[in-house]
Amino acid sequence: MFIVKEIQTAAYLFASILFILSLSGLASQESAKRGVLFGIVGMIIAIIATVMGQGVEGHVYIISAIAVASFIGIMLARKVEMTAMPQLVAILHSFVGLAAVLVGIGSYLDPATQALSGAEHTIHLVEVFVGIFIGAITFTGSIIAWGKLDGKIPSKPWSFAGLQMMNLILLTACIVCGVFFCKAEGTGGMLYLGIMTAIASFIGIVLVMAIGGGDMPVVVSMLNSYSGWAASAAGFMLGNDLLIVTGALVGSSGAILSMHMCEAMNRSFFSVIFASSSLGARTGEKKAMEGEVTALNHEEVATLLKEAKSVVIVPGYGMAVAKAQYPIHEMVQVLQKAGKKVRFAIHPVAGRLPGHMNVLLAEANVSYDIVMEMDEINPDMPDTDVVMVIGANDVVNPSAQDDPGCSIYGMPVIEAWKAEKVIIMKRSMSAGYSGEDNPLFYKPNSEMLYGDAKASVEKILGFLKA
Amino acid sequence: MKVGIPAEISPNELRVAATPKTVKRLQKQGFEVQIQKGAGIKANFSDKEFEEAGAKIVNSAADIYGNSDIVLKVKEPTTEEVGMMKEGLVMLSYLWPAQNQDLLKKLADKKVNAIAMDAIPRISRAQKMDVLSSMANIAGYRAVIEGSYHFGRFLNGQITAAGKVEPAKVLVIGAGVAGLAAIGAANSLGAVVRAFDTRKEVAEQIESMGAQFLTVEIEEDGATSSGYSKEMSKEFIEAEMKLFLEQAKECDIVITTAQIPGRPAPKLWMDYHVAAMKPGSVIVDLAASTGGNCALTKNGEIYTTDNGVTMVGKLNQLPSQASQLYGNNLCHLLDDMGKAEKWKIDMEDAVVSRAMVTYNGKINWPPAPLPVSPTAGGKAKVIPPTAEETKANDAEIAKKKATSTWISISVIGALLLLVGAFAPSAFIQHFTVFVLAIFVGWQVISNVSHALHTPLMAVTNAISGIIVIGGLLQTKNDIGNVMTILAAVAILIASINIVGGFVVTHRMLKMFKK
Repeated sequence: MFIVKEIQTAAYLFASILFILSLSGLASQESAKRGVLFGIVGMIIAIIATVMGQGVEGHVYIISAIAVASFIGIMLARKVEMTAMPQLVAILHSFVGLAAVLVGIGSYLDPATQALSGAEHTIHLVEVFVGIFIGAITFTGSIIAWGKLDGKIPSKPWSFAGLQMMNLILLTACIVCGVFFCKAEGTGGMLYLGIMTAIASFIGIVLVMAIGGGDMPVVVSMLNSYSGWAASAAGFMLGNDLLIVTGALVGSSGAILSMHMCEAMNRSFFSVIFASSSLGARTGEKKAMEGEVTALNHEEVATLLKEAKSVVIVPGYGMAVAKAQYPIHEMVQVLQKAGKKVRFAIHPVAGRLPGHMNVLLAEANVSYDIVMEMDEINPDMPDTDVVMVIGANDVVNPSAQDDPGCSIYGMPVIEAWKAEKVIIMKRSMSAGYSGEDNPLFYKPNSEMLYGDAKASVEKILGFLKA
Repeated sequence: MKVGIPAEISPNELRVAATPKTVKRLQKQGFEVQIQKGAGIKANFSDKEFEEAGAKIVNSAADIYGNSDIVLKVKEPTTEEVGMMKEGLVMLSYLWPAQNQDLLKKLADKKVNAIAMDAIPRISRAQKMDVLSSMANIAGYRAVIEGSYHFGRFLNGQITAAGKVEPAKVLVIGAGVAGLAAIGAANSLGAVVRAFDTRKEVAEQIESMGAQFLTVEIEEDGATSSGYSKEMSKEFIEAEMKLFLEQAKECDIVITTAQIPGRPAPKLWMDYHVAAMKPGSVIVDLAASTGGNCALTKNGEIYTTDNGVTMVGKLNQLPSQASQLYGNNLCHLLDDMGKAEKWKIDMEDAVVSRAMVTYNGKINWPPAPLPVSPTAGGKAKVIPPTAEETKANDAEIAKKKATSTWISISVIGALLLLVGAFAPSAFIQHFTVFVLAIFVGWQVISNVSHALHTPLMAVTNAISGIIVIGGLLQTKNDIGNVMTILAAVAILIASINIVGGFVVTHRMLKMFKK
């Protein structure tokens, strides 16, 4: 049974609308679940409309592939821990990249392609070429991002002086391959296609290797964007509008997300993407730290919390690593029962994925109306009694505001130091991802609490309940 | 090591150098603590509490002085007390070394290593042991409470059924720690607070505490490198007196806090100022013990002048609170000196060397001056642009932005025309769809809340699995065909992506709850 082309087009249009509604549904918590539903329905309609379209063969293989994939997908998504979410998203991106490469090669081998001629043939070949190029970069880049997020590859930026030059040369080589590829007769361009795929894969690796752990949120969302463009390119080569539309939606949304994040870090989009230097180098003299670091023990922290009226918690990647969100939630409940105003302050780039902290806190059942963004909470800081910084560093660094020589100067930060008392829970005195010393630790109103975030919070909780 | 706390002999001294809380802390630092019987009574700490905290109760002061390595005291010791001290004893106490040269000599002769808590240099590192600050904080707070007690009215303004109540006007002279604390306390009680200080730099601190900064029209800054104010020129003082006279007629409570270390307090509030005040007004003089800022202050006395102004020359020290803070200051100093196990008198240390006024039989006073920097030393001030400049700047930026927008739009237009001229019609159709979709994506995402970025990414990730359609279109019935194999693999991984992405997003969103 086949459906006619017009109905298929209409179904595609409907699916596109559903996808748009899905993305816009994610604008707020209330409509987000409906948004996901729209996405799922859209996807089902798109797949059914395609499979029932004219000229589709091999239904057995299609159905069995989808069935196996669904099983694997569900298992993966069920099993993954919320702290490992960034890794999952990264590896899924690589799948899209790989699929784009495969579809591109398939399209090149398709006899229908060979039947084309003139400008149409050339344009088609360019589409194939570009599609595979983006797909390959997405594929290897995502794998490296996954490795870095999972700790399998050191998250330190790996870079060397001639990196930019090398990338430029490699890119030129790809273009040269492209020219030969377009000129080749029949499927004779396969060799060039292979060379280009290898080069693009290599570029993907180098590109992400050069980006450090702290910039990973931007990279993940950028790869997300790439996977969209790859889908879009596949749409061009197959002449399929749905692919084009959906790919472009994903591509542009990923891009704007990356840009938002770069704005939050006060870095230019290009300096992150091209990883010229993963962080702006320090320009001025390193300021000597004034004052002294004082430490408290868990009991003293608990006493401070008991005496406080309003508490703000600033979580960072350290909380995610220690999985401290559960005891933190319990602590928040104890404090709230005691009539205290407790809120969370989330920096836009805290964690390794945009919104990472929000997801972790949500996982621990923290109500989202006490989770505030940086701009909402900063004006309240002077009236706050205790700020607990849990596993965060650069996002509360006052140097970003007052030391123009500092590499993160100009990045908006959570003004924890304006509160009455700041407790910084950290493993050690080491610098944050940016490598900058944090003068906050040396302020007279700040106290350190060393140790693993989870163990520390649990101990404090013990004293609070006592 | 043994830490001993004797009872204070002076009947006016209600504080004690340790509280049950600080006793616990001292033990954590590794010290053995002994305290004289009844030492904490006047500050409301019973022997039982000290005993429960782990201190040993000792009957006589002689035992404390003779049998401890470190003695913690509040008031400077009398000759009798010095007589009981053993050689090599470390004593932490108020000493006022500038005024008590004889005492220093006696301590040095006895080979007592005495640390004058009031001589701790006022640098940021030593803030936690700065007893002058911690005590001044209490004094400032208490001055307001005391003043309001003797003042027969509300401090805050009220409109009640019985009529309207004007808020009281409080004038604070001198905005050091005590002054600022007084401003804060008066402000929170609802009074209208004004404050005067010769140092211009404190204006911001005064305003931040909620008071109005009063100043005279003469350009002279009273700030010195030591953080205290200097004495001012004759013209300045005349203008100041005139200002005070105006204020005297208006203000209900005057709190004076001006002190110069080692010298009598400056006379700022003259008899004619008092005469100008309304009956029922109150003057609280925190400098009473060093002679008073007000000409009519009598140290240790509260009395009412002929024109009905209450003069407060003595202050309850809030002994319990004061002991706690003083005890904490002492603990911090002991912390700094290495606690019990790494105990060391380090005469190289900037804090210890200045506060240790007698060491190994020698008098170590006065110390070399150590300038503190009340404003971060020599930091270049950034001049903020004026409102007009910012406006002009903004306008220019807006203009530039507009120009660049037009340029980029023209370039895009030209490029589109170029594409139209060469590309086949099918491509143009797809291209139209493509560009419009980009715009839609851009608009849709712009208002996604930050908290939902991760779910958003997971959803877009699932949706980008739409590439599966590419695979679907390429499958053939012949499994031997390379294309079919490629397509099947593409379908497989893309579908993992779709299903996994949606399921995980759903899982995440389920967790978000109000």
